[in-house]
Amino acid sequence: MQHVSAIREPLVTGGKTLHDVTQDICYQVEAKPNLRWMAALSVALFFLGVFFYSVYRTVWYGIGEWGLNKTVNWAWDITNFVWWVGIGHAGTLISAVLLLFRQKWRSSINRAAEAMTIFAVICAAMFPVLHMGRPWLAFYVFPFQNTLGSLWANFNSPLLWDVFAISTYFTVSLVFWYIGLIPDFASIRDRAKGPIAKFSYSMLSFGWKGSAKAWSRYETVSLILAGVSTPLVLSVHTIVSMDFATSVVPGWHTTIFPPYFVAGAIFSGFAMVLTLMLITRVVFRLEDYITLEHIALMNKIMMVTGSIVGVAYITEFFIAWYSQVEFEQYAFINRATGPYWWSYAAMMTCNVITPQLVWFRRVRYSIGLTFILSIIVNIGMWFERFVIIVTSLHRDYLPSSWAMFSPSIIDIGLYVGTLGLFFTLFLLFAKFFPVINMAEVKTILKYTVDNGPTYNPEKAAHAHAHQPAIHGAPASAPVTYNQHD
Amino acid sequence: MKYWKGIEELESAPEFMQSAFAEFMPVKESHESSDATSAPRRDFLKLMGFGVGAAVLASCETPVKKAIPYLNKPEEVDPAISNFYASTYFTGADYNAVLVKARDGRPIKLEGNPESPITKGGLSARAQAAVLSLYDGGRLQHFAIKGKQADMKQVDREIREKLAGAGRIAIVSHTIISPSTKKAIAEFTGRYPNTTHVMYDAHSASALLQANGGVVPGYDFSKANVIVSLGADFLGTWISPVEYAKQYIVNRKVSRDKKTMSRHIQIETALSLSGSNADVRIPVKPSEMGAAALTIYNHVVNGAGADTKTAIGKAAAELKAAGSAGLIVSGSNDPAVQTLVTAINQALGNGGTTTGGAPSNLRQGDDARMTALVNDMNAGAIGAVIFYNANPVYNHPLGAKVKSGIAKVGLTISLNDRLDETGSLCQYAAPDSHWLESWNDFEPKRGYLSLAQPVITPLFATRQAQESLLHWAGNNTTYYKYLRANWRAVTPTDAAWDKAVHDGVMMGSALPAAPAMTGMSAAAAASQLGAGAKASGVELALYEKGGLSAAGTEANNPFLQELPDAISKATWGNYVAVPRKMAIEQKWEQGDVLKVTANGYSIELPVLIQPGQTNGTVSIALGYGRTLAGKAGDKVGENAAPLAMTANGGIQYQNVVTLEKTGATSPIAQTQTHQTLMDRRPVVQESTLAQYVKDPKKVTEYEKIATPDGLEAPNKVSLWQDYQYNNHHWGMAIDLNSCIGCGSCVVGCQTENNTAVVGKQQVINRREMHWMRIDRYYSSDAHKSDFDTKGKVATYAAMEDPSENPQVIFQPMMCQQCNHAPCETVCPVLATTHSSEGLNQMTYNRCIGTRYCANNCPYKVRRFNWFSYYSNEKFEVVNGHMFTDLGRMVLNPDVTVRARGVMEKCSFCVQRIQLGKLEAKKQKRRPKDGEIVTACAQSCPTEAIVFGDMKDPNSRISQLLRREDGERAFHSLDSINVQPNVTYLTKIRNAESEFFAPEVEA
Repeated sequence: MQHVSAIREPLVTGGKTLHDVTQDICYQVEAKPNLRWMAALSVALFFLGVFFYSVYRTVWYGIGEWGLNKTVNWAWDITNFVWWVGIGHAGTLISAVLLLFRQKWRSSINRAAEAMTIFAVICAAMFPVLHMGRPWLAFYVFPFQNTLGSLWANFNSPLLWDVFAISTYFTVSLVFWYIGLIPDFASIRDRAKGPIAKFSYSMLSFGWKGSAKAWSRYETVSLILAGVSTPLVLSVHTIVSMDFATSVVPGWHTTIFPPYFVAGAIFSGFAMVLTLMLITRVVFRLEDYITLEHIALMNKIMMVTGSIVGVAYITEFFIAWYSQVEFEQYAFINRATGPYWWSYAAMMTCNVITPQLVWFRRVRYSIGLTFILSIIVNIGMWFERFVIIVTSLHRDYLPSSWAMFSPSIIDIGLYVGTLGLFFTLFLLFAKFFPVINMAEVKTILKYTVDNGPTYNPEKAAHAHAHQPAIHGAPASAPVTYNQHD
Repeated sequence: MKYWKGIEELESAPEFMQSAFAEFMPVKESHESSDATSAPRRDFLKLMGFGVGAAVLASCETPVKKAIPYLNKPEEVDPAISNFYASTYFTGADYNAVLVKARDGRPIKLEGNPESPITKGGLSARAQAAVLSLYDGGRLQHFAIKGKQADMKQVDREIREKLAGAGRIAIVSHTIISPSTKKAIAEFTGRYPNTTHVMYDAHSASALLQANGGVVPGYDFSKANVIVSLGADFLGTWISPVEYAKQYIVNRKVSRDKKTMSRHIQIETALSLSGSNADVRIPVKPSEMGAAALTIYNHVVNGAGADTKTAIGKAAAELKAAGSAGLIVSGSNDPAVQTLVTAINQALGNGGTTTGGAPSNLRQGDDARMTALVNDMNAGAIGAVIFYNANPVYNHPLGAKVKSGIAKVGLTISLNDRLDETGSLCQYAAPDSHWLESWNDFEPKRGYLSLAQPVITPLFATRQAQESLLHWAGNNTTYYKYLRANWRAVTPTDAAWDKAVHDGVMMGSALPAAPAMTGMSAAAAASQLGAGAKASGVELALYEKGGLSAAGTEANNPFLQELPDAISKATWGNYVAVPRKMAIEQKWEQGDVLKVTANGYSIELPVLIQPGQTNGTVSIALGYGRTLAGKAGDKVGENAAPLAMTANGGIQYQNVVTLEKTGATSPIAQTQTHQTLMDRRPVVQESTLAQYVKDPKKVTEYEKIATPDGLEAPNKVSLWQDYQYNNHHWGMAIDLNSCIGCGSCVVGCQTENNTAVVGKQQVINRREMHWMRIDRYYSSDAHKSDFDTKGKVATYAAMEDPSENPQVIFQPMMCQQCNHAPCETVCPVLATTHSSEGLNQMTYNRCIGTRYCANNCPYKVRRFNWFSYYSNEKFEVVNGHMFTDLGRMVLNPDVTVRARGVMEKCSFCVQRIQLGKLEAKKQKRRPKDGEIVTACAQSCPTEAIVFGDMKDPNSRISQLLRREDGERAFHSLDSINVQPNVTYLTKIRNAESEFFAPEVEA
């Protein structure tokens, strides 16, 4: 008996040729900004203004501008921080882990996902700095040499671990993202007409020539960086979770936090990638590159991580009961039935119940429902962090100190402000950078005789520019030989 | 061989040789001028350079340094060394012998004077805060005529002229316990014979005086085994609370050697500090107080059978059984009630024990005389009136009539320290100096003398009131000389006088005997009360808070405005305390504004749901709602004094009121909003006397944690390496049986440590900065034992509601200085570290304000500087003393004023520890036990706090901890193993405990 593998569905549809790919992606960079993009940027810039105003109020008058109090010393600030860091995780996962697992479908989305990672980490990094009482002394957290003898950073403090985790994460993600951009910048450079564009993209492409040696090194570096980034997917949110897990606060002091936070991060990250990609594919007409199959795959990952998170929620309750620790038990009963029950209910509904709809194929392949789902998950994951931080703090050990938290207008301003910052950066990226990794997408084009692209002199004006690479082409040239019988 | 540079050198011409070896060639002006008046170019440049330089230098303003060294250093003043001077605090309410801590010539802190036989080192919250009032910018800073600044001589001249032809003159004051002041007033009266001196008390004790021949009996709570209080808050505000608390606690402290306690029964309307400490608390309506007194009277005096079914009947039986070790006191201002109380005390035969002490002079006000004066003023019969630190327009129930009366008096003079509600209506203002700027003497109890000495020269152009009166009477002596002369009898020698000034207190008598008052007969009182008509409608009880006195004198003192009420934990303003049942019936929520009307006067105040408030009654605090107190004190709350019942010249601090919901809401600033303990025994523990007598080892429940070797004490298991303390290990023990929750320590700490005042809105935002607080928990009807029957969720919800008449426990809470401090590990920058003496220390300079330490503190004692409290204009009104040069004089130079964005917390008064160690080191010895005390421990009226070195085996704290180990000593939240250096001693209740679920037999 002979087993014949099913022919895989092509990862890029629409019968694109290599040239089409270049054309489609570079078009967005080269064309004049369209009205929809301008409108979106104006909205984003407005919220960026809100962000700057809120930062001004916070830095000029103090943290008192927020709604915090003596009992709840962290609330929206750290909620937003963890939320943003979590969102960033999907980018790293897609670019690094999926690369190592040779998941080729990642090629269409990894660029945007990585950009999202970087912008999300930028947004996240705002909060640890802004939430400091004296942000101008933020450099104290670095173990720099000083004249004060024994004065050194406290390596016992999870906040210090955070500093290293986040800065490493940001640096590696940035380098990884940028290395990937270089060949594409070179493509744009080569096509650029205006002197400014030519100069800018020349600088950005670091003199990329596309030699075989360069491609070989490019691939090697990508692989190494993927290897370096993979542990980061796990470590960053593990360390973020230790901000809570190493404390004595009931509801925080939980050993399940690291895996639970990592799963939650990937969950929320995929939701955010979906939100962004669904918009981008429509705005920039990239339906052939980001296909329904992509959406379905990402939905599946979201459902799995959502379920892991759901199990973690239930495990926490089990452990609270099993430990027989009075304070721990009360913390969890209070979460579900106390004054903030609504945030717990929102979290459970959004994160555990709603993603289960993905079991239905119709939901999985529905763009509209997926979009709504991705938004719901993002809301749910924000509430998860709010639940963990605020409902644990507001009623801890001494009932005398129990208090309620309600956000001030500045709290809200900073949150929507970082959304403004994020979307401003993302929109600028989408306009001026190639949103899809052209070089890598070209490697996954279906290129066979039966239903592959055919030479069409009318359609391709520069057909001679890219003879199908066969013999003599660089090993890493954007060609894939799909083996068929 | 010689070479020449030129022909000049060869010729060695003199003009050449002159400059041949000079470094620079002489400069020649290119345009030689023979005109002597024109300046050469280089001179011009030099001059211009100098000119510009000088101008630049002059424009760089050198910072003005106000630290001017002494030309002649006063003998006693050394820079940075504090001196202590004995003095006396009495502003019309409670008496405290104090030590004034003066630093560089300015008073910065008041402490209790341990030499005093009356207050014995204790200090009330009001006295603690009084030092801030000295630097109050709201004081009148000069003499004034019709509110305009005037020359002192001109004022004196005009007043003297007008007094001469004034007709009847009245001096209105609060109770005066100063012999020399009374003599000065007598001298004034001698000069103007038609003068009457009328004293009234904002919280009057006229009826008490009337029933006791014109004096307050000398109570001794320390000798009482059964104390029955009919609405007298003797621990909080009644007459002499520090004195009474000191006595009371003697028979409340327990130890292995003394397993007895007095039994305290409180019969009252509003839940007071005394009621919250009582073993039995019986809520009654104000109108039922007479009946309660009568029931006890009938049983104790007339021998009627006690109805042991009622709580009051049981109380009567207990009281009678105690005999001469019984004591009944009453805060009522009804002469009939007080007459019966006196009769009951007589019948108990406690004259030699609990009521036999020297009578107190602290209340002398006579309501009838004051009412008569007000009527006379309105009738135009008074020619001149002098208000001597009295503000009746504000704080007398007939304030409106006083106001109209003042308009009809020809000459009105105010000696008040500010242009307050009364002073602003007077023609002349001759402001009295602050007591810290003045000499004075006091006789709080017959035979007990006390002195006040000036610690600073008057800050403003004020003059002591006594001197003003003497001056107007034609005696131009200084008050010091007058006082000194007056004291010749008791201190004949200079040495004796010096000792009296040094000690601040001495025995001896100088006050003339109080005018005798005749009361009614007990039988008449009994029949009057028996026939008493029952009031209908909602009854109002007016009460006084531990912070602000009924007179409202302290209203502009933000320390006291922000001091949480001992019971409700409310700050900044008064409110209508409503029982839960009434609130539910009327559908009132906390914060709903009610319109309270009585006597045709109405005020609008928010509702506070108060457990323990008698059903059918509401309570409102006096002393709020000032309008001319100063920036911080104005418009805080509403003035409730006019709601009091005035009839037949007497004042009753109760009335029948109508309440209407206005629809508005006004949040109440409480520092604690959760009321119950949620059955959390690990937090605070209590047990009963019966259990303690049976087995002291069973009163405290010690938590055990599971280990592989079975259940162990939490500190047996640790991942940490313990710190080594080689020299000192500071610790604190707090006896919960002694702590009465008065809040004196809270203000003491605030003064010592420059803690910012944050104002009402920030308290509502839960951001008060107090380093020390007193947690107050009410008991609840629901307990953990209901888990099985009612389920956890429902039980926890029910536990949040206090009982209708709850038991109360107080727990002073400050940084526990944990040996395994959770805050220390989480700070990323090591801003909070552990000292080699066991202290958890904050390094403000290093703090970047991540606030993780505060989140991770299980005791929630860390306080964050959310704003710049000393420069943000939002805080200028409430924290004004940090904004002005005048106010900043009160700051303790040993303690940093914390910047915005840093964390702060209790330091165990590390500056005092360092000072004590330094003093000891200078004398080449170790610090003695008791030499180093924290601010909170220093003036605790009940000595509930013991501070010391746990390394010293003979220190009081070491002995105490050894004695109480395994019995009453426990750590709060022991099981999380943070190993605090603060140890609590279990509270013992002389009654059944309702706090925790009953023990289930294993």
